[in-house]
Amino acid sequence: MFVGAIFFPLLGACIAGFFGRLIGDRAAQWATVVCMALAAACGVAAFFQVGFAEADRTLEIGTWIDVGGLQVVWALRYDTLSAVMVGMVTFISTLIHLYSVGYMSHDPTRPRFFAYLSLFTFMMLMLVTANDLLQLFFGWEGVGLCSYLLIGYYYERESANRAAMKAFIVNRVGDFFFMLGMALTFWTFGSINFDDIFLSVPEAVGKTIGGMPVLEVIGVLLFLGACGKSAQLGLHTWLPDAMEGPTPVSALIHAATMVTAGVFLMARMSPLMEYAPVALAIVTIVGASTAVFAATIGCVQNDIKRIIAYSTCSQLGYMFFAVGVGAYQGAVFHLFTHAFFKALLFLGAGSVIHAMSDEQDIRKMGGIWNKIPVTYAVMWIGSLALAGVPLFAGFYSKDFVLEAAFAAHTGVGLYAFVAGLIAAFLTAFYSWRLLILVFHGAPRADAHTMEHVHESPAVMLIPLLVLAAGAIFAGAVFAPYFVGHGFEEFWRDSIFNGPDNDIMHAVHEVPGWVPLAPTVLGVLGIVLAGLLYLVFPAVPGRLATQFQGIYLFLLNKWYFDELYDHIFIQPFRRLSVFLWKTGDAKIIDGMPNGVAEIAVDVARGAVRLQSGRVANYAFAMIIGLVVFISVYLFGALR
Amino acid sequence: MNVLGFPLLSLLTFLPLVGCAIILSVRGDEAVVASNARWTALWTSLIIFALSLMLWVNFDQGSAEFQFEENLAWLPDFGLSYHMGVDGISVLFVLLSTLLTPICILASWESVQTRVREYMIAFLVLETMMVGMFCALDFVLFYVFFEGVLIPMFLIIGVWGGPRRVYAAYKFFLYTLLGSVLMLLAILALWFQAGTTDIPALFDLQLSVPMQSWIFVAFLASFAVKVPMWPVHTWLPDAHVEAPTGGSVILAGVLLKMGGYGFLRFSLPLLPQAVETFAPFIFALSVVAVVYTSMVAFAQSDMKKLIAYSSVAHMGIVTLGIFTMNQQGISGAIFQMLSHGIVAGALFLCVGVLYDRVHSREIARYGGVAKIMPTYAVIFMLFTLASVALPGTAGFPGEFLVLVGAWKANPMVAALAALGMILGAAYMLYLYRRVIFSAITRQDLRALLDLSPREIAVFAPLVVLTLWMGIYPSSFLSFFEVSVAALVERHEAALALPRLAGVIAP
Repeated sequence: MFVGAIFFPLLGACIAGFFGRLIGDRAAQWATVVCMALAAACGVAAFFQVGFAEADRTLEIGTWIDVGGLQVVWALRYDTLSAVMVGMVTFISTLIHLYSVGYMSHDPTRPRFFAYLSLFTFMMLMLVTANDLLQLFFGWEGVGLCSYLLIGYYYERESANRAAMKAFIVNRVGDFFFMLGMALTFWTFGSINFDDIFLSVPEAVGKTIGGMPVLEVIGVLLFLGACGKSAQLGLHTWLPDAMEGPTPVSALIHAATMVTAGVFLMARMSPLMEYAPVALAIVTIVGASTAVFAATIGCVQNDIKRIIAYSTCSQLGYMFFAVGVGAYQGAVFHLFTHAFFKALLFLGAGSVIHAMSDEQDIRKMGGIWNKIPVTYAVMWIGSLALAGVPLFAGFYSKDFVLEAAFAAHTGVGLYAFVAGLIAAFLTAFYSWRLLILVFHGAPRADAHTMEHVHESPAVMLIPLLVLAAGAIFAGAVFAPYFVGHGFEEFWRDSIFNGPDNDIMHAVHEVPGWVPLAPTVLGVLGIVLAGLLYLVFPAVPGRLATQFQGIYLFLLNKWYFDELYDHIFIQPFRRLSVFLWKTGDAKIIDGMPNGVAEIAVDVARGAVRLQSGRVANYAFAMIIGLVVFISVYLFGALR
Repeated sequence: MNVLGFPLLSLLTFLPLVGCAIILSVRGDEAVVASNARWTALWTSLIIFALSLMLWVNFDQGSAEFQFEENLAWLPDFGLSYHMGVDGISVLFVLLSTLLTPICILASWESVQTRVREYMIAFLVLETMMVGMFCALDFVLFYVFFEGVLIPMFLIIGVWGGPRRVYAAYKFFLYTLLGSVLMLLAILALWFQAGTTDIPALFDLQLSVPMQSWIFVAFLASFAVKVPMWPVHTWLPDAHVEAPTGGSVILAGVLLKMGGYGFLRFSLPLLPQAVETFAPFIFALSVVAVVYTSMVAFAQSDMKKLIAYSSVAHMGIVTLGIFTMNQQGISGAIFQMLSHGIVAGALFLCVGVLYDRVHSREIARYGGVAKIMPTYAVIFMLFTLASVALPGTAGFPGEFLVLVGAWKANPMVAALAALGMILGAAYMLYLYRRVIFSAITRQDLRALLDLSPREIAVFAPLVVLTLWMGIYPSSFLSFFEVSVAALVERHEAALALPRLAGVIAP
């Protein structure tokens, strides 16, 4: 069961990848779906076994690297934290696989797609069950690779290729820090095995490197690594472009795998992070800033997938500031509920796109709610959950995260609380902007498209309905275990709260208005969206022209891409060409070529004299001997 | 004589020459000679590879001593002997050479059509020289092989190369020769000091610190060119571009390892103080190599040149690792050399596949190849990923270990070298995107055929090794773990000695 949850997806990927052409498209895709379903059965069983029956274990598979005290073992670590992730990832991924059967039915290279999808899941599972940093890094880079392959799935499109490369390289920037963090970890603790690290953390408290506490440095380096994968401010630029991949891929990247890896890493390293208060403060600030930043952009985008992508970015910000204030359990809880409603929203968006003949621009939609009622309903559920409306899944986790930020009673905590409130308002606003523009109002698509608007087949609707159930109930059902009073029995040693960190209890003692605030703001956001887009549809356009500067600033995503292009990419290209044409060709080659020409001339003379190529060798040898003997003699005489 | 009862290393070294003799003895019209030469060369090299597997099986991984030793007096009056043997550091390089030779011969099966007999002879002679070099335990013997490698390689580039082959061949020859001359000087100096050129015997020699520095510089001149280190790397792109595919594979696969091997075999054990003194200098050159050549690689429009520059960057990681003087760094460097031998060799083969079909190395000439040659695209992807050091492929363990080792030596150096991770991804994926992905713009590409069975046979062992080295690198690391530990230990002891003496003396 514990092994199966991890390796069934790999099996599926191999079947589809290597034998796809042999067994045909249908057989290949169903093979991966069946493998995923088996993995999900195992994964969910493992989740209950470990989470509720305390069946923690670590299964060792074999040695990976063993050099001079640096021992790395392939292993599957099952504690509550990994089990939560394994259960969630396999479950959501199975639904996405199933959905893809319908969504990708016209694609000519389906085995390739399903092989990537399963491999992606496998890599994520290796990541979450790692027992040391290096295996985590294996999965970490593995999901990076699979996202690269899937974003660039339509490789004949230049934009897809560009987005894929961007995703990989921006992720690599994060991995760069991760790698350095690992090196420092090894030299600090003499091991990169989690248990060894956590045991010796208290001893490392006083150590410094370059005048800075070593734990803080490790914390910051690992966090920067997490920023790359989880698309936090500064390294977020790849995430919106990742839309170039097929829609189920977006669902997989945004909900179950990949972007949650950074949050997982922070939670996994909680025993270390707890002793790195400055690093945690940085995490809080970056997370909170990302939450607001991404939400502002989400308000003005016109691509349905892009809006949801920015909402992911924003929600990840919530998870990070939850980590930052020490409420790791809350971060993972939000990750867990978010997986359901974000997968639901993306797959729902896919269903809309499917219905609209591959149109993604919400300005060209509208008036289709009664033609695709199931999709419409699930999009409502997803949005309600995302906005944190009471009783839906997002309500429990988002409220908890915000209360934790408030309960931290620190400056950065307060900043995160305020940022989180603003983001909650914006989230509700853009969610309903999306709902209204897509489903309501007068149809803006051409007549031909409107004729073809149709509800998706059952194979796509079933996953949507299952996810909708999750988006409604996952919060209420699991809140008592994840963040309620029973949280200690549920998480046990898998997450560590420092001796001074009682945030998990303090959240229950915040003033009464704190839990109410996000809900009120959320409802206000919904109302505002309703007013602007349903009641006074002319206003948004007028606002955009009135405040054109702000509008363009937001529409162009705060000009991050342009900024990076100017300060990194263009200079890099120019410097590359300069180093090649001037550095190598003129300076370095200039000198020896001069010498070489002389030598070649001399050698030509020798060829003429002795008519044989080998003579060159002899000639050069003689010259060399003369040189070295004379040098040696000079040395000896001295 | 040794555990096997027969001189395995000499057999491995000189058996290729027997193949040469057979090829030379064949008479007949050109086609018959060519076909005979191909088959003879292939079988000879395959038999040698099979024989060399005995090293893999019989090598005692628990010992840091030289094994399979053969020692014959050669010129006893001068302290010269015919001394062969391998330890954990060299044994896998012997295997790498014997593995890549048949692969190159098979890869040249159809692409070389002129002077086939001479081409095959050159490769077999090259194999003799390479294997001999990694086995030699006498400095003069080593030097003979070390220089001997130049001749067949010079001919392979100069005769079967591209349009600018003569320029490239001379550049290659002169660069490497000028360095070697200084090494000969150093060898003579050592001989004057020790009265012997037997390498294990030289390990006990304690040289004065100024003497060490001179010898170190002389070695550096030779090895740095071979590696090649920045700024003496410019011969490499030219040589690669002009060399035929097989030549490029051996050049990247084995010849570039000679420099690193030289550092490990001679500079480190013989010159501990000098190594300590010069290490920062080497770090600087290595880091520059990683960053500088990665950027230059990014700007290339010729596939082979791009991969050649990437080789220089990867070798920068190797030299960095060697001079960290800790177990992680050195093990990583050795592993990186082995994996680079496989991966860079395979990448040159990948370029060769396209070159054989289209006769162009221009990146802009291609695009959308994935659509036409899916199997090829997958294989190329695997080696691209290995080149960018993705965990699970051969490229990762070496790079990771070197960075860990480098962090101990100097965190700044490690950080700069780790930039290579980002830059490497940039130039390799950019290459892959332009050649393999994107839409097909040139209609003549549509007629290309996917890999032939012969080509799959060429790639298969490399694919297996790339994954094997990535997923279970321990089976390779364990070969040199003990030897590297001994090397590090000896180095630290040698450094401690004068310090102790310094404490006592005043």
